[in-house]
Amino acid sequence: MSLRLSTAPHVHNPVTTQRLMICVIIALLPCTAVGIYAFGLPALILVAVSCVSAVVFELLWQVIAHQEVRIKDCSALVTGLILGLNLPAAAPWWVAVIGSGFAILIVKQLFGGLGDNFLNPAMAARAVLLASWPVHMTHYVAPTFFAGTLGFDAVSTATLLVTKSAALQDLFLGNIPGTIGEVSKIAILAGFLFLLVTKTVSWRIPVVMVGSVALFSWAFGGDPLMAVLSGGVLFGAVFMATDYVTSPMTPWGQVIYAFMIGLIVTLIRQFGSYPEGVTYGILLMNICTPLIDRFLPRHIYGHVKTEGKKEAKQA
Amino acid sequence: MSENKSMGQVFFNGIIPENPTFRLVLGTCPTLAVTTSAINGVGMGAAATFVLVCSNLVISLLRNFIPNKVRIPAFIVIICTFVTMVQMLMQAYLPSLYESLGIFIPLIVVNCIILARAEAFASKNTPILSAADGLGMGLGFTLALTLMGSIRELIGSGSVFGLNVLGAGYQPMLLIVLASGGFLTYGLLLGLFNLAVRKLEEKRARKEAEEA
Repeated sequence: MSLRLSTAPHVHNPVTTQRLMICVIIALLPCTAVGIYAFGLPALILVAVSCVSAVVFELLWQVIAHQEVRIKDCSALVTGLILGLNLPAAAPWWVAVIGSGFAILIVKQLFGGLGDNFLNPAMAARAVLLASWPVHMTHYVAPTFFAGTLGFDAVSTATLLVTKSAALQDLFLGNIPGTIGEVSKIAILAGFLFLLVTKTVSWRIPVVMVGSVALFSWAFGGDPLMAVLSGGVLFGAVFMATDYVTSPMTPWGQVIYAFMIGLIVTLIRQFGSYPEGVTYGILLMNICTPLIDRFLPRHIYGHVKTEGKKEAKQA
Repeated sequence: MSENKSMGQVFFNGIIPENPTFRLVLGTCPTLAVTTSAINGVGMGAAATFVLVCSNLVISLLRNFIPNKVRIPAFIVIICTFVTMVQMLMQAYLPSLYESLGIFIPLIVVNCIILARAEAFASKNTPILSAADGLGMGLGFTLALTLMGSIRELIGSGSVFGLNVLGAGYQPMLLIVLASGGFLTYGLLLGLFNLAVRKLEEKRARKEAEEA
């Protein structure tokens, strides 16, 4: 018999991985729909290729490694979907396949599968794609909304983080260039609301991360509203920074984690050579998560005395 | 160290069972830094092999004269001599390779494979065995570096030894020739190599159990 060691909480409840993942997929649907509506057929193909290849890679690995096939838990599908939504609509299809392969095989399965990955698979895959094919990954096209020509012939534009001008209304509705999923803020907020209502994620990480981005971009002399609404801050805050496996477990840990992501994102945007820093902000703090989880509880017991007393009484 | 080891065993030891790169995880700095192309891997491996064989031989010859307390400085002086020779020879006859390997040629002095073999093997064994050990370890290192260099060059530039293999339509995966790609490739190869060795050992154990 092998004893399984795990960190608290040990409480069981009927919420399964599959249910959580389906909630995330439902929350992602508005973004997916608006993205496909905005960028047309190429976006649909890209997202579909990304989802299918992620599930196929997971299936292949589990069959080859003689593991229980668990593609029904939908976690690979979520990874594929998030990765697809993180690609610019004009990216070639093989970029999605390689990205899914990297996310599932290297980031997730080689480190022990679901729950043991130290990085968010979709985020790591995006970083790899960005470093490997920077031209494809930063070739943004303006949304067409099925008006005029589709996708590849569309006008290519710089990301808003470079041009730094757009009407607020366009930002909210999705009439801006960007990756497939990040364009419409209303769709992202709808997804966030769904996740909150179903209690799939807590409000802490997204709210603190967005607040931190706004605070630091104001402090560094930028426009906070623009900083939050352009680029991938909202999408990253709601769907990627909240990944259970790679974010801290304690409330204060989550606050520090999200706050630091905001700081790193703004530092990269304002002083770095890349226009966008959400990917690297989240990845860097993913790496710090075990440290936060290890060192934070002690600080909490020291600082918040009432909680400490309560636990002492229970014990 | 037992005296009854055969030359062949000592030589083969460095190639697979105790491959310095994949089994002992020594000399990782040049392994990660220079393997952006296959030719770099071969060049680095050859230079290290030369130094390894010569220093092992000389250290083994002098093993009864070097006082124990100052053995490390003495080893380093011997190693330095051969590294300087390699450096000058390369600069004279292979200037382009010398350019691309850069600082990692003089850094062979502090390559832990060489010092480890001097300390663990050459200072305790006969000169001929030590030279065989150096040759085996050096070849193991060279093979590992060449393999890694070929893989990284193939994926990161679409060619092997400068020959375009994947055609003009191939869009190279730049990450693999960057530093992070080096770590990725090294980690994956390390895992695969150890998996293969473990499988082989299991097979051998099973065969022995059957025979017995």
